[in-house]
Amino acid sequence: MSFWRKLACVVLALVLGASLAANWLAPAGYARQYRDATNAPPSRTHWLGTDEIGRDRFARVLYGTRISLLLAPAAALLSTLMAALIGGLAGYLGGIWARMAMAVTDLFMSLPWLFLLITARALMPLNVSPLVSVFVTFLLLGLLGWTAAARVLCTTAGSLRASDFVRQARAAGLPGRKLFWVHVVPNLKPVLYAQFWISIPVFILSEANLGILGLGVAEPMPSWGSLLKELEGLVSLGEEPWKFVPLILLVVVVTSFQFLLSRQEELAA
Amino acid sequence: MRSLRWKIAGHALALLATVLLGGLFSATLVRLAPGFDVDERELDPHLNATSVQALHDARHQDESVLRFYFSYMKRAAHGDLGTSLALGQPVRTLLRDRAPLTLRLLAVGLGLAWMLTLTLALSAAWLRLSVYDTLTTVVSGTFLCLPAAVLALLSVLWNVPGSLAIALIVFPHTYRYARNLLVKAYSRPHIITARAKGLGEARILFWHVVPVVTPQLLAVAGVSVSLAVGAAIPVEALCGLAGIGQLAWQAALARDLSLLVNITILVTLVTLLANSGADVIGHVIRGQEA
Repeated sequence: MSFWRKLACVVLALVLGASLAANWLAPAGYARQYRDATNAPPSRTHWLGTDEIGRDRFARVLYGTRISLLLAPAAALLSTLMAALIGGLAGYLGGIWARMAMAVTDLFMSLPWLFLLITARALMPLNVSPLVSVFVTFLLLGLLGWTAAARVLCTTAGSLRASDFVRQARAAGLPGRKLFWVHVVPNLKPVLYAQFWISIPVFILSEANLGILGLGVAEPMPSWGSLLKELEGLVSLGEEPWKFVPLILLVVVVTSFQFLLSRQEELAA
Repeated sequence: MRSLRWKIAGHALALLATVLLGGLFSATLVRLAPGFDVDERELDPHLNATSVQALHDARHQDESVLRFYFSYMKRAAHGDLGTSLALGQPVRTLLRDRAPLTLRLLAVGLGLAWMLTLTLALSAAWLRLSVYDTLTTVVSGTFLCLPAAVLALLSVLWNVPGSLAIALIVFPHTYRYARNLLVKAYSRPHIITARAKGLGEARILFWHVVPVVTPQLLAVAGVSVSLAVGAAIPVEALCGLAGIGQLAWQAALARDLSLLVNITILVTLVTLLANSGADVIGHVIRGQEA
């Protein structure tokens, strides 16, 4: 493992560890208001200052990181499982099934990802409880993000179906279902791992985009998207630089995932 | 020539089917969305029972997705794209008024993105300096890690045009592919031999590298149009630009069925045309080479 990948692992472990320890590290809960200290600059009590309604920004960054870092992989897992089921099975069955799966993925992929996501999210209820909004946002990412992976898996499963060892197993009388689970799925694993890792940074960025546009996680629940929404009110870059901390953290985390990703891509190749 | 004609015909059929399915998909999505049956105007105390009933009946016509879609297709064939419920204007007028701004934004944004991509990728492939390569990779990687909406916000903050934000959203994606393609092309044995024989860099580029990478770069160019269209939504919405991206955003928030179906069809058509166009041109170039 290269130095940069090791560093990426350490950074991700540190960020995830800090976010999981938010209950102990944060001075207060993410919704606790300090009404006498609204829009306060960084101080010993509030390391990153407070927002416009007096909530501690450091606490919100920690809790927001926890939500984004735990739920983006969950959404990635859902989309990878859907891709494996739809793409893998369609590729293995071949014929009309593969063509149908390809047609569906073509349809999804002809729509730009952000357009599809924003449209679908805007059509879901927006005035729901914060917890429901978290699940709706990440569930939608998982449900819409499987198409590109399904395409790759369909092609891979199709080539596996035509491979000698599968033909031999079929000739030996192995039933189709067993053939799929015992011989095809294990060979799809490297592609599945790669797709899972590719999806995580994509979903983190997508949630951030939705949050900035006001379609992500509902207040007072924090997420990277809702924290970045604060940048909307800035007049100049040097005015309140501490407001950029969530953005820097997001870039660091996504960059770390990109370093890990290249390793996964190599493994898949 | 015959194979090219078949290819174009195949693309046209697939394009038509996907566009129609795209429209039906968005109509279904809107119809199934919670709260579709609710019309806030019906709560207006100034309206009498007849007006409320008229609104209710108008809404009732859209209840069956298939019925709505087929009547929409019939009207669209005669040039009537319906009326936007949220904005109270004909959809055709809305699209016609806003299209020039979005087209200009996309054209300038894509032009800038490709200029940046080719300049950096070519210089990285030419110079073959690890420091330069790392620097360009870091720059593109940083932009790749920034959400599109943040770049849109920063463009407002720094008072730079929205097209630059689109360029910076698209550029890291295209750069990665272009750089890898060019590096791969430059490491081919015949290029190394040409270099060893003292052939000029410009001649190597235009005679030996460009013909090899053009079909693949065209495919990336097709995909970049889709990326730019997607990026236009946050850029227009956050920069206050009255284009089709902002219209899509407003239509989605207002659950405006007519508007959303038309925009989905338009967006699908634009992205598919770009991809199919790139594919056909790539096919022609490959055919000429063969």
